[in-house]
Amino acid sequence: MEQRVSFLERFLVHIVLLVFVVIAVFPFLWLLSTSFKPPSEIYTTEIQLIPQTFTLENYQFLFNMKDGLFLKWIGNSVLIALLTTVLGVFFAATTAYALSRFNFPGKRGTMYSFFLAQMFPGAVLIVPLYNIVKNLGLLNSYVGLVLAYITTALPFCVMMLKGYFDSIPIELEEAARVDGLNTFQTFYRIVMPLALPGIAVTAFFAFITAWNEFLFALTFMNDQAAYTLPVGLRTFVFQFRTDWHYLSAGAVLITMPVLLFFAVAQRWLISGLTAGGSKG
Amino acid sequence: MLQAIKRNKAAYFFVLPAMLIMIVLVFLPLAQGIFYSFTNMDQYNMGNRFVKASYEFIGLQNYIDVFTGSGLTEFLGVLKQTLIWTFTNVFFHATIGLGLALLLNRHIKGRAYYRMLLLIPWAVPSFISAFAWRWMFNGEYGFLNVMLTKMGFAGIPWLSDPFWAMTAVIMTNVWLGFPFMMVTFLGGLQSIPKDLYEAAYVDGASRIQQFFYITLPQLKSTIFTATLLGVIWTFNLFAVIYLITEGGPFNSTEILVTYAYDKAFSAWRLGEATTYGTIILSLLIAFSFFYSKVMKVTEKE
Repeated sequence: MEQRVSFLERFLVHIVLLVFVVIAVFPFLWLLSTSFKPPSEIYTTEIQLIPQTFTLENYQFLFNMKDGLFLKWIGNSVLIALLTTVLGVFFAATTAYALSRFNFPGKRGTMYSFFLAQMFPGAVLIVPLYNIVKNLGLLNSYVGLVLAYITTALPFCVMMLKGYFDSIPIELEEAARVDGLNTFQTFYRIVMPLALPGIAVTAFFAFITAWNEFLFALTFMNDQAAYTLPVGLRTFVFQFRTDWHYLSAGAVLITMPVLLFFAVAQRWLISGLTAGGSKG
Repeated sequence: MLQAIKRNKAAYFFVLPAMLIMIVLVFLPLAQGIFYSFTNMDQYNMGNRFVKASYEFIGLQNYIDVFTGSGLTEFLGVLKQTLIWTFTNVFFHATIGLGLALLLNRHIKGRAYYRMLLLIPWAVPSFISAFAWRWMFNGEYGFLNVMLTKMGFAGIPWLSDPFWAMTAVIMTNVWLGFPFMMVTFLGGLQSIPKDLYEAAYVDGASRIQQFFYITLPQLKSTIFTATLLGVIWTFNLFAVIYLITEGGPFNSTEILVTYAYDKAFSAWRLGEATTYGTIILSLLIAFSFFYSKVMKVTEKE
């Protein structure tokens, strides 16, 4: 039974949605347009969404930067985000499973500590972590930054994965135990394969969080060659002068793969997020 | 105790590695950070691999400095900005998110496409979006001012005027955050049983009544969790402000976390910075405690 909706109302709904779509899409479209314009068309008081002179010079500049800096930033970002993701998911998986399936003294405390850890502002942790990393001589190294990222990735992955394990019926494991598998075998042979979609979604979000991180990267990496993408791109705005044409090209290169991935995996990522994380 | 450990050997074995990492990388550093807040640590006495640290324990002095005299004025100013930043953001995230979720929860043509396009602010890496907005806020050539001038208005000093700078960072962050609330609420709406609405319709309840008597109560726990997390995230959110205004002009867009960061890594007054950090943490814990208490009370009613 549908409640009746007038034509006018349907029309208004579409108008409102379209307005928000334009607002949602425009900033990136504008960046895309800027990235293909020559400076003369960028630093002007005319509004042109489609460039009059289409140019790839801004992109060429990035790939021809001294010491291949831009490529190095991409490499750093990918490597650091990957390492964080792998370590985070690896250590979180067994923990999340134990929190989902076992009752043991100290469970509440453990859960609570992971939950609380998600709340810590970088502002408290960054000074001691900086001190530790500096004293270990790990500033400007992948290792130092990955250590810092683990502090957010690990609690995040534990909470997400626990949600997935909770949704897997326990009967399968009981059957496996009857068949003579021990706890570890049950976990690796039965539960892990079943939780694979959940693990993939968790890994994706852990990756994106590390990929987007700015605060620690800014603090721990002060050698240009060690920058990650957010810190590197920022140099176009602050250090040299305001080079929006280069910045926009870099931004487009970084965003395109992420956007394509989102478009393809959208449904899957959203259902993953609502199933795991936000049920708190 | 020992028996409990034996019985739960597997569980402890599963939890141990992650717990050790948390202790070494989160809880010990946290304790260390809180300890620093009672010291006069700065860049000269913090020590390094080769020089032993020489900062001194100064008791509550840092806290006294924050809560008295000019320190207090400074702190209250930044706190006020933080509260404006946090609650304005979360308010618009939640209302826009809920509004769009309600629209998307209907049978309309092209729903999947609308949803996909509306998720773009969430999908684009947030530092890229911050740059994109900063470019649009550019005083001379930025899209917004060029557009305003074309329409016959004066340009707005987006990033050079305290009020407009705050408006600009909030606009950016509202744009960044509404899609997440939208999908969260959409998930919540879809789990409300349809027969509730049908029963209400048969009983003659108007759509507005249905919203207030069915939708809102059913969504309450989703709204609670999402806004609580939203407040914590926004309160701690560093990158947007730092990439767009760096806290300026004249500290007018500093929030507690960016301010603490500047104290640490621009002024290198690490003792004072960790004092701010500890205060931020206490505020957050107090807020979530209070918020969940309030929710429990209202749920009982």
